[in-house]
Amino acid sequence: MTWLVPLPVVMPLLGAAVTLLMFRRPRVQRAVSIAVMTSTLAVAAALLALSSAGPLVVAVGGWPVPLGIVLVADRLAALMLVVSSGVTLCVLLYSIGQRAADGDEAAPLAVYYPAYLILTAGVTNAFLAGDLFNLYVGFEILLAASYVLITLGGTETRVRAGTTYVVVSLLSSVIFLIGIGLVYAATGSLNMAQLVARLDAVPDGVRLLLQSMLLLAFGIKAAVFPLSAWLPDSYPTAPAPVTAVFAGLLTKVGVYAIIRVETLLFPGGRMADVLMVAALATLVVGILGAIAQSGIKRMLSFILVSHIGYLLFGIGLSSRAGIAAAVFYTVHHIVILTTLFLVAGLIERQGSTAMERLGGLARTAPVLGLLFFLPAFNLAGIPPFSGFIGKLGLMSAGVNEGSPLAYVVIAGALLTSLLTLYAVGRVWNLAFWRAPACAFPEGQSRPSSRLMLAATTALVVAGVALTLVAGPLYDFSDATAAELLARAPYVHAVLSGGAQ
Amino acid sequence: MTPSILLLVAVGVLFAAGVTLLLERTLTRVLLGVILLGNGANLVILLAARPGGPPIIGAAEVADMTDPLPQAMILTAIVITLGMTAFLLALAYRSWRLTGEDEVQDDIEDHRIMELAERAEASDAADVDAEDDGGDESDDDGMTEGEEA
Repeated sequence: MTWLVPLPVVMPLLGAAVTLLMFRRPRVQRAVSIAVMTSTLAVAAALLALSSAGPLVVAVGGWPVPLGIVLVADRLAALMLVVSSGVTLCVLLYSIGQRAADGDEAAPLAVYYPAYLILTAGVTNAFLAGDLFNLYVGFEILLAASYVLITLGGTETRVRAGTTYVVVSLLSSVIFLIGIGLVYAATGSLNMAQLVARLDAVPDGVRLLLQSMLLLAFGIKAAVFPLSAWLPDSYPTAPAPVTAVFAGLLTKVGVYAIIRVETLLFPGGRMADVLMVAALATLVVGILGAIAQSGIKRMLSFILVSHIGYLLFGIGLSSRAGIAAAVFYTVHHIVILTTLFLVAGLIERQGSTAMERLGGLARTAPVLGLLFFLPAFNLAGIPPFSGFIGKLGLMSAGVNEGSPLAYVVIAGALLTSLLTLYAVGRVWNLAFWRAPACAFPEGQSRPSSRLMLAATTALVVAGVALTLVAGPLYDFSDATAAELLARAPYVHAVLSGGAQ
Repeated sequence: MTPSILLLVAVGVLFAAGVTLLLERTLTRVLLGVILLGNGANLVILLAARPGGPPIIGAAEVADMTDPLPQAMILTAIVITLGMTAFLLALAYRSWRLTGEDEVQDDIEDHRIMELAERAEASDAADVDAEDDGGDESDDDGMTEGEEA
């Protein structure tokens, strides 16, 4: 069944080519995009089912393994694939609905669907990459597509916000590339399975340098605190579906890379304390930024940054329980943040996302109220939602660790959780609960199409369902963490993978 | 393997110049900085390879061949940098068409965030009178929304 492994990369790329050729026929573009994303999701689900038996490995082009490109679908990659393709499918449907509602049929933006599919291909390629250079290529594919999407339409605000995003991303790519060069210089290989053995022979100081170069590059992409200032500046101006898919996936690709590098290449947690301190700073600074905002999208961007801290905390603990909780929380984070940005898009269509201008939405748009309420309080970690389960897992892993630093981060995490509740509670009070603040001028609010609501509802339901399947999912995360920390299954599967 | 000191110095110069240009406010200079940094990174990868004869069977003994993999990676990186350069140029041009200059205007954005924060503070203060203890309200020019709460 290894022939399934390259499909999540190949199908969106082919789909992008077809949609680009069909740029005059939006209907064909839509059909192709939906078909591609649905089948990607199906393949990802199949990979998830298969990955329990051990990592699936494909040597692309039949080159013997340490030389050629390898694609590896282990538990972590397969789980991320399923979640990411599910989320991208929902956001795709949402954007199709938005386009139908806004009557953009007459002047379709031909480049949207190809760019969206290429973004998906980049994300899946990064998840499946078995060597550092292919990971870099995956990053570049998704970044190139994201540059197009974030400056879509080329209005002044988007160009300005896009500039920050592009320049920062380029810098992180250069750092990653230098890191790759240094890794190759030190070990003579970039295949991650081969690096496991070779890095052991590298002197300690050099290894620390390599680790910090890679973490720096991924830290920018994952928006870890001192490197996170670009995110709230650039995300909110993009179109709602674009922001949603960026929020759900792009930073998490960075987190995925951090998990991969920390567990596979540099185990032992030499940078664990640095990660923990960064986690604490990300949590607290991010949430303090969030409660200062008055625009919902901007506030969500800050919360997005803040909650990356939870993931880092789990990674920093570098214990099985910590990694398991981080994996579980990543799934929760992707689904919930994407949902909330889509809901923010729906709120925007009521006239504005500025909280002081909104009001009375609970009465005028009760469905919207429900759609916001469930993921928002899931985000804040109210029991029995998955946010609570993830946070509980992280805290108990931290208590098991027992170091003073772990307790400090736990305190910060609790504070962040409370402040998140305050932040979303404020949105609820101002935008939904109180009497209408002011009437919007005619034409400012636009109706949302049924498809948009359906796509958002699907994600909200998925978010709630995370609670229902929390048991199996947590078991799976735990097995993932065990597999990551053991390292041997991955290495063995890759190094023997080319022989079959 | 002994790295060439000349190439090392070149890498250093490229990185220094690249970082300096990247810190500029004009987008075209940022672009030049990115190009220099990218080339510096390519040289780093080149330095990772053992120098030697061409990696073609028959042209050199296997033991004397240079490592072809870094060159393949550099080719990929060059292609990617080319694409990014084209996009940045388009972005700079678009920015210039829209605003008449290609300076990165993060000041306006920062200012807006600060203003938003002040306004949020003001509206919070209006929401919960009991919490009204801080924030200089001397410059609350955008405070009209406070009255509804």
